[in-house]
Amino acid sequence: MNYNWNWGIFFQPNPMGTGTYLDMLLAGLALTLKTAALAWVIALITGSIVGVMRTLPSKGAYWFGFAYVEFFRNMPLLVQLFLWFFVLPEILPKAAGLWLKQLPNAPFWTAAIGVGLFMSARVAVQLQAGIGSLPRGQKMAATALGLTTVQGYRYVLLPMAFRIILPPLTSEFLNTIKNTAVAITIGLLELTGQARSMQEFSFQVFEAFTAATILYLLVNAVVVTAMRFLERWVAIPGYITGK
Amino acid sequence: MLGSFDFDVIRRALPYLFYEGMTFTLTLTALAALGGLVFGTALALMRLSGLKLLGRIAGLYVDFMRSLPLVLVIFWFYFLVPYIGQWLTGASRPISVGAFASSLITFIMFEAAYFSEIMRAGIQSISRGQPAAASALGLTYAQTMRYVVLPQAFRNMLPVLITQTIVLFQDTSLVYVLSITDFLGAASKVAQRDGRLVEMYLFAAVVYFTISCIASFGVRRLQARIAIIR
Repeated sequence: MNYNWNWGIFFQPNPMGTGTYLDMLLAGLALTLKTAALAWVIALITGSIVGVMRTLPSKGAYWFGFAYVEFFRNMPLLVQLFLWFFVLPEILPKAAGLWLKQLPNAPFWTAAIGVGLFMSARVAVQLQAGIGSLPRGQKMAATALGLTTVQGYRYVLLPMAFRIILPPLTSEFLNTIKNTAVAITIGLLELTGQARSMQEFSFQVFEAFTAATILYLLVNAVVVTAMRFLERWVAIPGYITGK
Repeated sequence: MLGSFDFDVIRRALPYLFYEGMTFTLTLTALAALGGLVFGTALALMRLSGLKLLGRIAGLYVDFMRSLPLVLVIFWFYFLVPYIGQWLTGASRPISVGAFASSLITFIMFEAAYFSEIMRAGIQSISRGQPAAASALGLTYAQTMRYVVLPQAFRNMLPVLITQTIVLFQDTSLVYVLSITDFLGAASKVAQRDGRLVEMYLFAAVVYFTISCIASFGVRRLQARIAIIR
């Protein structure tokens, strides 16, 4: 292979004047984590609401949940980001559109909200499955004890369902982190974006992408380990995963 | 506002969008799904082969691919494939690989990791008695897999495999980062040329949504039918 390897490139100053190339990649990593964290909070909150709606006896709530999930699941994430980023400011009333366009950090907010809503549909499906996997008696017992629907969900169904779906939620969280890379298309300089610009500035393609790859693998390993601990910590005695 | 929505822009772009863009997207999806399935099945067989080394290699490959964002993998292969080609053909300089070949290799390698997990679950869902009966009948390992295990595993997992293919269909839009003219790439080129982002992106969204919706509806019907047969 006639490729000029230069691993020392990471310690050379980058042309942006923000330190070395390594600093550039680490800034990208920080932005990836920040975007993913905000997206995950959005995904968990909206996903939980929609997931619960899909299990309620009300027909309207069920259909709303169904439509919501289908809407966000049947469009590529990239197209959804384009809709939020390019289309939304144009179809809103003039003043609101202008405000959106002038928002500082627009790619960051768009990416966090776009990825968050995209993932929320997946969280909703998981939660619905989790609630569905509980024995019917749990809901009946809650009603028999005189709990209202809200109380039944709050004290009986949700604490169980969330524990059961913790492993799939872990992989959805990992997907959230990976999906933030799509935001490179709307100009967010997260980890993949920084690796790409490092490649463009320095022509050291493989060093840049190797570094990004290692950083993603590290983040993955950390998240998986942390979630294992969380799983053990909240495990329900008597269940397969219990103590 | 939507008052100035111009349907004519979409109508004029239709031939370009579908003949160039959608053809690329659908060909890429079909070939990548086929290649990913073959390669993924091979990975699954490696993992279940009982040979420690083979299993470890396949496992590492799958875990590795699944922890990386697709966009990064697309970039990796886009730059790596010319060098691999040079190494394979012994050429004196990195060979130039077309956009289509490059993205096809990327998606086959990437999707294989996901298809292999599905096929592994499918193979494991076959009861132990079946391969045992096959070897009692004197079938070799290859014959057992070819005539007994894989056809059933494939059939049991068909809905999941198609669902993964729908995800793949949506994911092919990411070749946008290489400025390739897939369906979204074509829409985006027209959008930028005519300054009609709202129309083109909304139209692209509607097309992706419709195709995925119809396909997942089909999967649900298929699932219901398979459930009755078993």
